[in-house]
Amino acid sequence: MPHRWGMAVDLDRCTGCGACVTACHAENNIQTVGDREAARGRAMHWIRVERYWEGEFPDVRVKFRPVMCQQCDAAPCEPVCPTYASHHNEEGLNAQVYNRCIGTRYCANACPYNVRFFDFFNPKWDKPLQMQLNPDVSIREVGVMEKCTFCVQRIHAAEIQADAEKRPLKDGEIKPACAQACAPNAIVFGDLNDPESEVSRLSRSPRGSKLLDDLGTLPKVTYLSRQEV
Amino acid sequence: MSEPRHERMTSDLLRPLERTSWRFYTLVIVLGAIVATGLGTWAYQMYNGFGVSGITWPIFWAFYITNFVFWIGISHAGTLISAILRLVNARWRRPVTRCAEVITAFALMIGAMFPIIHLGRPWLFFWLLPYPSSRRIWPNFRSPLVWDFFAISTYLTGSVLFLFLPMIPDFALVRDRSTGFRRKAYGVLALGWSGTTRQWHRLESAMQIMAIAIIPVAVSVHTIVSFDFSMAPVPMWHSTIFGPYFVAGAIFSGIAALIIAMAALRKFLHLEAYLHTLHFENLGKLLLMMSLLWGYFVFAERLTTWYGNEASEMAVLNVTQRGSFAPLYWTMVVCNFIVPLSILSFKRLRTIAGCVTASFGVLIGMWLERFLIVVPSLGHKYLPNSWGQYRPRPVEILITIATFAAMSLLYVLFSKFVPIISIWELKVGEHPVHEASPAPNRRPEPLFQSEP
Repeated sequence: MPHRWGMAVDLDRCTGCGACVTACHAENNIQTVGDREAARGRAMHWIRVERYWEGEFPDVRVKFRPVMCQQCDAAPCEPVCPTYASHHNEEGLNAQVYNRCIGTRYCANACPYNVRFFDFFNPKWDKPLQMQLNPDVSIREVGVMEKCTFCVQRIHAAEIQADAEKRPLKDGEIKPACAQACAPNAIVFGDLNDPESEVSRLSRSPRGSKLLDDLGTLPKVTYLSRQEV
Repeated sequence: MSEPRHERMTSDLLRPLERTSWRFYTLVIVLGAIVATGLGTWAYQMYNGFGVSGITWPIFWAFYITNFVFWIGISHAGTLISAILRLVNARWRRPVTRCAEVITAFALMIGAMFPIIHLGRPWLFFWLLPYPSSRRIWPNFRSPLVWDFFAISTYLTGSVLFLFLPMIPDFALVRDRSTGFRRKAYGVLALGWSGTTRQWHRLESAMQIMAIAIIPVAVSVHTIVSFDFSMAPVPMWHSTIFGPYFVAGAIFSGIAALIIAMAALRKFLHLEAYLHTLHFENLGKLLLMMSLLWGYFVFAERLTTWYGNEASEMAVLNVTQRGSFAPLYWTMVVCNFIVPLSILSFKRLRTIAGCVTASFGVLIGMWLERFLIVVPSLGHKYLPNSWGQYRPRPVEILITIATFAAMSLLYVLFSKFVPIISIWELKVGEHPVHEASPAPNRRPEPLFQSEP
């Protein structure tokens, strides 16, 4: 049976520290656009921590929600792409083929989660970040769209390794950068086709829900809601 | 044939072709400079990266797509209006049709540039086209952008044919009156026209076929342009009303463009004897009707959204009705509805000046309408944390200005090289006996209805 990669995010555990954002930048060679461009709203965070406040000061509660590509099964970004740059791969991921992208940006408009990013300029990094580029991830040139891949390079590497050792993949063997960096273990990644995997178990939780579920996009990320105390 | 009257008609209408004034050169140089600036700006954008424009996350479409929809809308001036007027055999159409059809051809060419200008990697635009590539990759036929390609290329082919057919006898006329290189060039364009009954008959039936065929094509083009929006699950885009709403808006802005073009031609080419107040008044009535229709569509769209009270749509509705986009929104309502209604409803105000004023209002209003469809929705999608702001920067403003200059430049050049009023159709209108294939029920028709 092919894998079906999914994620569970426990909002009760998320502290909003932002380590996932930093780890994602480092792992995926995401350019740091600089303060002026970021002020224009062009910061690229494949994963972001959304903050929502509830109540009036001093009785304020803050809610954190890490939002990354939801890898929808009925993804609105896919049918609108005229060149198949955005397409569904056999493991259920929304793949983005950078070389095929011509930059219509239609996918980003169609995405209800706003998790797709456009390379407004050729990539550059604030020094000395250019020294730590990941050789497993391609650099995107100006004019293409990019987004969270569930660290597809790590998935492929683990699959190849397991194949070479002639054994099935173990649950928890693959960790995307965000999950790896998450100190309170709020982010869990795994195979949704394996009913025993931790991500499957968490996805079945009564606390679980999908982001913007009513749009019918069938996301593969489950959010576990906060428990009131 | 009343020869002296026809002689005057011919010489009047061919005057722009035969004589060139310093004003023509000045106009061409000024407009050409603006167009060149626009092209240079585009090159600057390609060289430095798309980031030099104001487009930002999450508003990935803004001025360029607004211009795209606007110009494709303007293109409905021509072919559609002239086809309908031909089919209903409106007697006053004869001096108007060609001015209108030219707008279509040029506005389509300009509009079709924008899907390329707005690309992140415009040098790869041909990946949108279905061509046999060595990698055997087709475009994604599920994408509305690919539908756009088919719709626009069909409409452009059709409307260029529709424009060209009735020009053939006029090219022959110019050919016969000129010598040297000019004779040769117009000879090629006239396609060996000699004015035999057979040729007239063929021309008439070809024009009849094109007039019928082009109407569904025109309607489908702007419907498909509207599908670019309504197919995406974006608040206030995902609407069933968009098809007819866009087509109505397109015809609306198209008529306005036609009125302005005709007024300019009348003034600069001294065509007062051919483009009468009556033409402006009739087009003004059409504009008034389209203004009411447009108002109806906006009302229906806004009311259903408001009544439905869906959270994400209300965010967009509020930001346009009374939020940061409200000044633009109410300007649009004034320009598209209040101004045309208060001018064109009164016969006394339906003069040439009145119609032109209303038309300028409509052009501004319709551009704003397209902008207000594209931008507020993208800035206010479902997750409030990812809402964004858009501010245009000089790059897209310059390119937008250049398109208006490009339209004027193409129009000026066209009216320099082709009689802008169909000479043979005017003559036929005066003497229906000479019509090649008179339908049995066709009554002789005077060129103009009685002047007021």
